[in-house]
Amino acid sequence: MADFETPELKDYIEVPLPQIGVMEGSGPFKAKPDHQEALGFPGELIDDWENVAINKLADLTNRYRGLRVFLDACVKCGACTDKCHYYLGTADAKNMPVARQDLLRSVYRYYHTPAGKFLKKFGMEKLIGARKLTEDIINEWYNYFHQCSQCRRCSVFCPYGIDTAEISMAAREVLDSIGVGQKYCNEIIGKVYKIGNNLGLPEPALADTLEGLEEEIEEDIGVAVKMPLDQKGKDILLVTPSADFFAEPHVDGLIGYAKVFHQAGLSWTLSSHASEAGNFGMFIGSYENMQRVSMRVREAAIELGVKRIVFGECGHAWRVAYSFLNTLVGPFDFLDPNYPVPQHILEVTHDLIQRGKLNIDASQNDHMTLTFHDSCNVARATRMGPKPGGQMVIPREVIKAVCNNYYDMPEDTIGEATYCCGGGGGILTDDLIEIRVKGAMPRMQALKTVVEENGVTHMAAICAICKSQFSKVIPYYGFTMDQIISVHQLVGDALVFESEISESSNESEETENEKE
Amino acid sequence: MSFLTILFATLFYFATAVLLFGVGYKIWQYAITPAPLKIPTMPAPITKLGVVLRMTEEVVLFKSLFKSNKWIWIFGWMFHFALLLVLLRHLRYFQEPVWWWVDLIQPVGMYAGFVLVIGLLGLITRRIVVARVRYITSPSDHLMLILIISIGLTGLAMRYILRTDIVSVKAFMLGLLYLDVQPIPTDWLFLTHITLVISLLLVFPFSKLLHAPGIFFSPTRNQVDNPREKRHIAKWAAKLDATRKS
Repeated sequence: MADFETPELKDYIEVPLPQIGVMEGSGPFKAKPDHQEALGFPGELIDDWENVAINKLADLTNRYRGLRVFLDACVKCGACTDKCHYYLGTADAKNMPVARQDLLRSVYRYYHTPAGKFLKKFGMEKLIGARKLTEDIINEWYNYFHQCSQCRRCSVFCPYGIDTAEISMAAREVLDSIGVGQKYCNEIIGKVYKIGNNLGLPEPALADTLEGLEEEIEEDIGVAVKMPLDQKGKDILLVTPSADFFAEPHVDGLIGYAKVFHQAGLSWTLSSHASEAGNFGMFIGSYENMQRVSMRVREAAIELGVKRIVFGECGHAWRVAYSFLNTLVGPFDFLDPNYPVPQHILEVTHDLIQRGKLNIDASQNDHMTLTFHDSCNVARATRMGPKPGGQMVIPREVIKAVCNNYYDMPEDTIGEATYCCGGGGGILTDDLIEIRVKGAMPRMQALKTVVEENGVTHMAAICAICKSQFSKVIPYYGFTMDQIISVHQLVGDALVFESEISESSNESEETENEKE
Repeated sequence: MSFLTILFATLFYFATAVLLFGVGYKIWQYAITPAPLKIPTMPAPITKLGVVLRMTEEVVLFKSLFKSNKWIWIFGWMFHFALLLVLLRHLRYFQEPVWWWVDLIQPVGMYAGFVLVIGLLGLITRRIVVARVRYITSPSDHLMLILIISIGLTGLAMRYILRTDIVSVKAFMLGLLYLDVQPIPTDWLFLTHITLVISLLLVFPFSKLLHAPGIFFSPTRNQVDNPREKRHIAKWAAKLDATRKS
């Protein structure tokens, strides 16, 4: 299938011995000058890159306390060394979280710490692992900081909470500031600015797509479930990843949201201006770009005059929405204060289920046995509901309410310890397929366990990136892409609508008559 | 006063000043650097009291490390807890009369010295034996462990092998404290011990030992999970807000 070997799935996840340089040459395509400039970055590697990079790093340590503390505090205890899915999948030493951080920390020590400044005078910087910045190091940064999905698993296990995601975001921002950007992320952010979403889907095409979906639903269940676009005066603005509009299995999730809103009688609309929940500004560590991308959500909410904002299924989007949106583009005092801003679609659905507002027949999903993949960003960077850990509980309660057969994957691979799908953090691009496949190994291993032990047939996900990534890499491990499913597809399929009720009640009467 | 006494008294004062000002500067720097975004590692506490509890669990019990790796946890925790006891026990050389609770921990403090060295030997063994940890280890990581092990061993040796004249040690220490310098004992074990301690004080603010103040400032551990309820905004980010259109 490709010119690399897919890791073999064993009975449990084996921690490999570190090897040097296995993934050294694996880097994504570089951004072209116009991708860069649209985001306010230099088009190509600037002449004075060394000084600019060093100063940018100092600037970031002054702006982000986390970065400063994380660069100083690491004691190299090794607690994180076996926690990264990319290390487990590739065995490349530089994919151990601390080793990845050290790529940047070594340069920080050389230029920005008293110890480094002192020791380099005597050529003794190696004593503390400090390094002078070179063009090779720039390349090394580029490749290895695009082998991090910013999933934060290492941060859970670090005694000081050092978060490699923060380090990798900072490194990417330094690289962007000297004109070395990643094509995938930066081109996509440009599309959001120009067109309104990551996929570059313009308003007429979006309207068309939604109309097609409405027809499809009506054909399927005989109920006119609407997918309103840009309708003013509705209560809810739904912001969802643009992949939900046509990618599989995402679109079935979108159909699920629409069915939930329809059955609960909630008034809602999508927006063509904010037709993207994703925010790749986070992946490149750029506060300014993240704010600019988020601004569309605020503008759309004001423009459409909604009372609530609800986000669809997407991991990093929910991180930006839950943790950052209020900071970036708040305050949201013009919305209904009775609801948190923003809400996750699962919070809405969960609440409706709790209050008995949905008519559910879980047996509709009896042909499947489910497990659930906690998205890294949802599990470790957000919350759902009022209680800590709700982000783990609510999706499971919703799935169990609409499916009769459910099993969790092994404890150390879910919840706060969940393994990333392997495609997060802005690396969901075909030029990085090797790291994506290898990085999915731990999750695939855990899936294999429940498939073999519990007869699990499908894995539900709540993230556009997870869904795309799994659909793509799961065949490498001998599964099929239709085994990945949106949580709201499960919900949508289990909802019973009135026209169906009358039909099925007729049917059951008939069968009873036959028995007689 | 002998040259040796003046030398060590001066070094001791200098090292103490470097430690206090160096670490004080870093704490000030951490305190004034903003954390512009809410990035607690979730699930996180939703109240300040919850954060205090979380931080206490981290600092006292090394909870995250416990989740991560039982070997590092046991050796690391042995070392740190023993170090605490040893430091508290050492208070007796800086006070007259000795506080009652310092007297109370004296017997435990003596054995803590062994626990401290065993913990450190465990940690250094990991650095050599475990390939992953060996890869991420710099020479300074070994030197730091060797330094503290040597401090521990010379300390234990003064007690159990070549007993030092503890009365004159205490007189020297109290003299430093009351700015009335007394002659330093010329016992080589003691001089080695105190030289190593001075080195440790000197490198503290410039090394990874900054993890000690650092952890309290770690945003992934010290932030409250309430971004939807409360708008969190850093000064430099507020300036960007002023340029917003809506």
